[in-house]
Amino acid sequence: MKSNRRRFMKLAAVSALGLGAGRIGFLGDAPAAAMDIPSAADYNAPMEAKHWAMAIDTTRFNQELVDACAKACHTQHNVPTIPGKKGVKWFWGANFEESFPTEHGNFLPGDVEHRTYPLLCNQCEVPMCVRVCPTQATFKRADGIVMMDFHRCIGCRYCMAGCPFGARSFNFQDPRPFIKDFNPLFPTRTRGVVEKCNFCAELLALGKMPACVEASGGALIFGDLEDPESDIRKILRERFALRRKPDAGTGPSVYYLM
Amino acid sequence: MYQGKYIIPGLIVFVALVLFPFVFNAGSAPFEVKLDLPKNASECIEAKEVMRARHMQILDEWRDKVVRQGIHVYENSKGQKFDISLTNTCMECHTDKAKFCDRCHTPVGVSPYCWDCHNLSPKQAGPIPPVSQEAGGH
Repeated sequence: MKSNRRRFMKLAAVSALGLGAGRIGFLGDAPAAAMDIPSAADYNAPMEAKHWAMAIDTTRFNQELVDACAKACHTQHNVPTIPGKKGVKWFWGANFEESFPTEHGNFLPGDVEHRTYPLLCNQCEVPMCVRVCPTQATFKRADGIVMMDFHRCIGCRYCMAGCPFGARSFNFQDPRPFIKDFNPLFPTRTRGVVEKCNFCAELLALGKMPACVEASGGALIFGDLEDPESDIRKILRERFALRRKPDAGTGPSVYYLM
Repeated sequence: MYQGKYIIPGLIVFVALVLFPFVFNAGSAPFEVKLDLPKNASECIEAKEVMRARHMQILDEWRDKVVRQGIHVYENSKGQKFDISLTNTCMECHTDKAKFCDRCHTPVGVSPYCWDCHNLSPKQAGPIPPVSQEAGGH
């Protein structure tokens, strides 16, 4: 009897270990590359909202965290790493002066002035890039995401002139040779199209959070701006937030918690 | 006939030029396409005949559904569901573009630019697709 119970406990412990081992995700966490090929069933529980928005806890950001988020984003979307003026960026960082030029900050607290602020497409409520696009390659979805249809982009770069935030990059050359971390599940771009952050629309459809939000360790809060009970609305009620260049009138959906 | 000495030979040359391709290819074997079919599946998302005739329209509809409407699941005539994705669904079975797509596209002179951006396989190792010399352009 006694030995039986003992054996049972051993078995239970071993199976518990086995179950646990299956969940140790971090061992293979080269974020996107380790992702399985999605099947139709993976789209059963998408993330949905009336107005996707992001709040950035700037107090927690430094260059390292910006780099970590940028790497997660650029790996997921096959964003090339090109030095110089031909560079392509979806997620990057800048200082206060560059990020908030309309604030005209003077005698700022040292930490506010020297923080690295993460920058990305602001997914504007009234997006200038959509207004100027002659082919409607850039359009606004019902959930607030400003998306690009690369098939339609003719590379005129009006959107780059229109965007007040420099959030758009042009592919001056074939980006493929410059892609460092390759994700075969997401397309690359070709020479002659403009690209930008898409709020990870392809991950939201799979019920996953955007790559930068996952990589930020809670410093990026993502949620539905129309839902008063969402995390983002809660934190916006509690803390003072800035939006970039409010006088451009585009109504950014990215909020910077100061 | 007014100016007949120019018009008649001109007409003969014109007709000869127009008929030349038909005469030239008259004896040769009929156009045939031999494809490398996937080993892991016997059926595509729709019947063979539908795919043959309409794959390009289906791909166009798929593109607009995913990019424009955010619809990611395709339900075929039998009620089976598929992820709408050129690379992750089509190319998961049709693993070699050179032995499937190009076998027909190249002889008929069609060069779709899908692969300028889309990856050749969901298991592709690097960003630059393996180049095939028999590929039809692009």
